[in-house]
This record gives sequence, C-alpha cells and structure tokens, in this order.
Amino acid sequence: MTALPTRRDEAWRYADLEAVARAWPLPAPELISVTSGESFTRTILQDTGRIQQIDLHLAAHAKAALHVLNIGGDYGRIELNVTLDEGADFTLGAAQIGGATQTLEVITTVTHMGPDATSRQIVRSVLAAQATGTYLGKVAVARGAQHTDSEQSVKAILLDRTATANAKPELEIYADDVKCAHGCAIGELDAMAMFYLQSRGLTPAEAKTLLLQAFISEVFEGAADQDKLQALALARLEALT
Amino acid sequence: MLSIHNLQANVADKPILKGLSLTINAGEIHAIMGPNGAGKSTLGYTLAGRPGYDVTGGDVTFDGQDLLALDPHERAAAGLFLGFQYPVEIPGISNLQFLRESLNAQRKIRGEDPLSGADFLKIARAQADAMGMDMDMLKRPVNVGFSGGEKKRNEMVQMGILNPKLALLDETDSGLDIDALRVVGEGINRIMRKADKAVLLITHYQRLLDYVQPDFVHVLAEGKIVRSGGPELALELEREGYRELAA
Repeated sequence: MTALPTRRDEAWRYADLEAVARAWPLPAPELISVTSGESFTRTILQDTGRIQQIDLHLAAHAKAALHVLNIGGDYGRIELNVTLDEGADFTLGAAQIGGATQTLEVITTVTHMGPDATSRQIVRSVLAAQATGTYLGKVAVARGAQHTDSEQSVKAILLDRTATANAKPELEIYADDVKCAHGCAIGELDAMAMFYLQSRGLTPAEAKTLLLQAFISEVFEGAADQDKLQALALARLEALT
Repeated sequence: MLSIHNLQANVADKPILKGLSLTINAGEIHAIMGPNGAGKSTLGYTLAGRPGYDVTGGDVTFDGQDLLALDPHERAAAGLFLGFQYPVEIPGISNLQFLRESLNAQRKIRGEDPLSGADFLKIARAQADAMGMDMDMLKRPVNVGFSGGEKKRNEMVQMGILNPKLALLDETDSGLDIDALRVVGEGINRIMRKADKAVLLITHYQRLLDYVQPDFVHVLAEGKIVRSGGPELALELEREGYRELAA
C-alpha cells in the first residue's frame, strides 16, 4: 500500500489515522520464512506505540507460535500476514490492555494454502476509559486446502462504558472439507465473581486485577517467556484498575 | 457477636427482609429454616454486603462494629464468612492462588504480616486433608469442573483456611449426597464449633442438622422471623411443614 489509508479501507477502519499519517510511509513488512519441518517462536512486546507488520510464511509441516502483548503508546498496531503450506501449524496468543485514549489493534490474515494445516488464534482485550481495542482477523482457505483446522477465539472486557472493542473474525473458504471455528464475546467483568472474591477478603481492585489476569492468562500459554509476559501484563492491569 | 435489629432490605426495589431481628452469641450455632422465597438467601447476601441488596432500615452490629458500614472485603477481614449456595466458577485462577491472596488481603487489613508460600501451603494442605480433598484439586481453577458436592467441600476448605469468627452457610447441604453431607457437617463442627465462634446455617431441611446440632432454630417467613426455639423446632417443622408453623 503506497497511499495513506482512509476509513474506507476495511483493515484501517478503526485505526488512529493521525498516528498512521505520522508514521507514513511505513517500512516494508518484516519477512519471516520458516522452512519445512522447522519451528519458530517470537514474542512481540508493543510497549512504545508503533505499527509493526510481519509477513510470515510457513513451509510444509513448519510450526510458528507468536505471543503478543500490545500495551503501549497512543497507537499500537500488530499486523500479521501468515501463509500456511501443507500440514503447517500456526498459533497466535495476543493480549491488548488499553486505557486513556489508546488505540490498540491486532490485524491478521491467515491463509491456508495447502491441506492439513492448522491455525489457532486467541485474542483477549481489556479496555478502560476511552480506549479502543480492535481485532480484525481473516482466515482464508484456498481451493484444495482440505482438512484445514482453524480456530479464532476473541474476547474483550470493557472496564468502562466509554471504552470500545471491535472484533471481526472473518472466513473466506474455497474448500469443502474444513473446520473453521470462531467465537467472539465482548462483556463486562462478572459481578457475581467480583462479589465472590471480595467476600473472601480481596479489595475491589485486587479482585478486578485477579479476574483480568485470569482472563488473559491462556494467551501466554507455551510462550518461552510466559512469566515475564504475565508480569508485564499484570503491571499494566494494576495501572488500569 | 452478631446483633441484627429490625433489618429491612430490598432487592431490585422489592422489599424482601421486613424487620428481621436476631442475636447470635459466641459459641452458638443457629439454624434458619423457611419456605422458598422467605428471604433466607437474601439475609446471607445482605449480611455479606452483596451489591444490589439494599438495606432500607434497621442495623447490624458484628463484634461491636457497624457491619453495614463495611465493604464486603472488610466484613471478611472482620471475621465474617459466607458459604455460597452456588459457589462461583473462576477459570484461570487456581484455588491456591485465590485463597492465598484472600487470606493475605484479610491479614493486611487486620495489620498482620502476610503468610509465606510455605506457611500457607501447610495450612491449605491440612484443611484439604481434613475435608478429604486432593491437593491437586486445590491447584485447579476455582470450582471449574467441580461437581456440586466438590464445590461445597471446597467452600468448607476455604472456611477452614480463612478461619472466620462467624460463618453464614447458605444451603451448604444442597446438592450433597449422604456421604458428602456427613463430611461437610463434620467440617462445620471441626472448624466452627468453638467458644469464640458462631454459625448461622441457612437450610431447608433437617438432615444437615443431624450432623450439626443447632442451639437455636428460627423460622423465617415473608422476611421476618416468625418463630424461634430449640433443636426440637426443626423436627417439628420436618413433621408439620412450614405452612402450619408460619401461620
């Protein structure tokens, strides 16, 4: 893309376009190729405010697991364009935690090019004040990519009525023997769970933090630096509540 | 220990408790029985401070403090424990983490030092053992995938670890088979039958009272206590039904 995007561009519809304009033109996306049968892992910590674009190609039976913590700056956008050859396996665990007027986005396109590939995306957003958190995720299944197994699990918790969550899992399927699951839920903290925790002695802030920590915990499962990510997420949650 | 005077409370603007008075002294076990909709669970929730349970009149003193002025977590730290009729499932938090943080939060409010992980585990293990609960279950997320009986057993493990002065047990006997009922009953006696503690059992049935002998039995109907007596009252209720007695 060479022209500055507008709201009419679906992938940029909820973006902070002023921040995008300041960063424009964007450098070329980072290219990562995982060769046949190899494994790749990466943790992406977005804590300063930036647009990060990655093109990730998984050759046959290659594996990749990305873990994302999107928390910093006025505008943080992680954009992943993933292609999977036969039998490849892609996992994304992403957490976005935003307050004030932050805009945080995870945008993915996962294309199953060959058969028998699996992809699993888990995205959890916690949003307070006037923050906006967006997940736009397209799973495309090419003709002939039979036995694709893909899953998108997208959930957001709004801590204030003024916060916004956008979630759009999207499927484009050109094969007839595939499994593509997607689920999406946006809600508030469970009042009964809050009361249960407080009735055991936790302050409202402690109860909130504990529930939110639990809400995002599965995102970091399997990450090499799981403990560090949990600690960073916890610190951000504590700052919000 | 607990003195409730003319308590009135609304839920969603509907009056449920309509002038309830009750005094519980240290060393006593009280049972509140009553038909569905009498306000039994509302009493438990109101005393524990659940949001949405609005006190519209009366007062409650707990250990010399104005209970109703305290937030739910402060009531817990003051020594009040509510055993839930439907314990809440919380995915992603282990029982052990939840209970350790809860206990230390209470200790902090009381001005006590936090317990170390090792000291806490010692207490947790002893309480789990006493309730016949596997330590592995304490490592699992709070109540997730637990059967009804396991959830109630877990409430008793929590009560043992938190060691309250006053336990309000809301239908702790519901959903229990005979064996689990005995274990839970023994747990209540072991943890709470002490000179400096007290219990308020909220129940529909006599059967829990076979294991936990109450000193006083009260009948709650339409938001008020309509009769009080000794343990024989529970037997009479079982025989005659609520309708006769409340009339």
